Amino acid sequence: MSSPVCTILKREWRSYFNSPVAYVFIVIFLALAGFFTFNVSRFYEAGQATLDRFFFWHPWIYLILVPAVAMRLWAEERRTGTLELLLTFPVTTAQAIAGKFLAAWLFVLMALALTFPVVATAFYLGSPDPGPIVTGYIGSALLAGAYLAVGSLTSALTRNQVISFILAAVIGLFLLLAGFPPVTDVLYQIAPAWAVEIVAGFSFSAHFEQMQRGVLDVRDVLYFASAIAFMLLATHVTLDNRRTK
Amino acid sequence: MIKVSNLVKNFGRREAVRDVSFEVKPGEVLGFLGPNGAGKTTTMRMVTGYLAPTSGRAWIQGFDVTEKPVEARRHLGYLPENAPSYGDMTVEEFLAFAAAMRGYRGKEARQRVHDTLEKCILTTVRNQPIETLSKGYRQRTCFAQAILHDPPVLILDEPTEGLDPNQKFVVRNMIREMAKNKVIVFSTHILEEVEAICTRAIIISAGQIVADSTPAELRKQGSLDQVFRWLTTSADVGGSAR
Repeated sequence: MSSPVCTILKREWRSYFNSPVAYVFIVIFLALAGFFTFNVSRFYEAGQATLDRFFFWHPWIYLILVPAVAMRLWAEERRTGTLELLLTFPVTTAQAIAGKFLAAWLFVLMALALTFPVVATAFYLGSPDPGPIVTGYIGSALLAGAYLAVGSLTSALTRNQVISFILAAVIGLFLLLAGFPPVTDVLYQIAPAWAVEIVAGFSFSAHFEQMQRGVLDVRDVLYFASAIAFMLLATHVTLDNRRTK
Repeated sequence: MIKVSNLVKNFGRREAVRDVSFEVKPGEVLGFLGPNGAGKTTTMRMVTGYLAPTSGRAWIQGFDVTEKPVEARRHLGYLPENAPSYGDMTVEEFLAFAAAMRGYRGKEARQRVHDTLEKCILTTVRNQPIETLSKGYRQRTCFAQAILHDPPVLILDEPTEGLDPNQKFVVRNMIREMAKNKVIVFSTHILEEVEAICTRAIIISAGQIVADSTPAELRKQGSLDQVFRWLTTSADVGGSAR
């Protein structure tokens, strides 16, 4: 059961590093994370031993970078015809989806892990509470997975990578803004509170914010897990639809 | 063996394949002939399970390709149209990937890859990225993944398309060599090829089988060229495989 998933995962993983994609992604991700944390949020000047200012930017950096990783997942295979090869090996569609998704996720997680100097800096300069840092990283990892799952779906929908990128970014933006306080504050003035809360409940932001504060609630983890599961299921349905048209 | 019964495929309102049935037994080399857009590729994609038929069923070694797709594909080697492969991988990496997908591990996997490289005359380019190779090598690389696991059933969609005469000769010889104990179906629109290696020929036109016979039988009605044109021009309405 697990071995075709592993084989596909390894092939995907290697394909990232066979092209400049991996290096561009990692460098830009780290540069943006550093720039926003230290220059825009003024990490040093704030004089607080927390990583709030670091995690705050993750949803926005992912918004642009993760769709770029995800856009090739299926669109590229369809364009070059290798999808036909992949899906006529003795594997199920679910195994192919799992292998490709996990490879992309591990790749983004590797880039995330490379932000460890920020943590080291915080510990060098002060004595931050490790709790929120751990939960912040867990939240950031789940958030990246959710963005990737959205990108997997949009990539399966089209053989055009540009369209996949734009769709994924727009859906990601919606899921982000739906719970972003400056937006919800405006929404509260024009819509009933319960309606705003339902919409905001679908948002990445509120769930991620909890984790930044050091609260690891099962419901937040479940939210991300179900968002990922739903998007991957939709990817499955989309790939099946192509078969039956 | 392959069994196909009443396969139909509609793309929207267009009927790409209409009620195609046939059976192929071990030792048979079936040439699947037809003009472009006749439904050859669509039929093959349904037999491999890549496309779901609108109606009808297909079996590979007794496994229904829709109900037991993984089991059916385990017995299948497939060369898709245009011989797709992962261009960023080297020939050897690609075949190692195919071996792993077929469940081979360690020494056995390396042996399979090694033997297949030799059989397909790819040893000299084994360490080259596939995207840097010429069309003929790329075609053979994809062909190699189809025969790596020595499958009882081989489906080859235009295996000699785009090859030079020498390369065509090599591929035809490989098909002929493997023919003894396998079921082989391959599509082509090169008629001399059918005469050279097929034990049986099916001519398909506008999604329907218009002839199912041996090349020798067809020959009796005139040159293959003439028979082909006579059978396929009246019914052909055109269209594409996608």
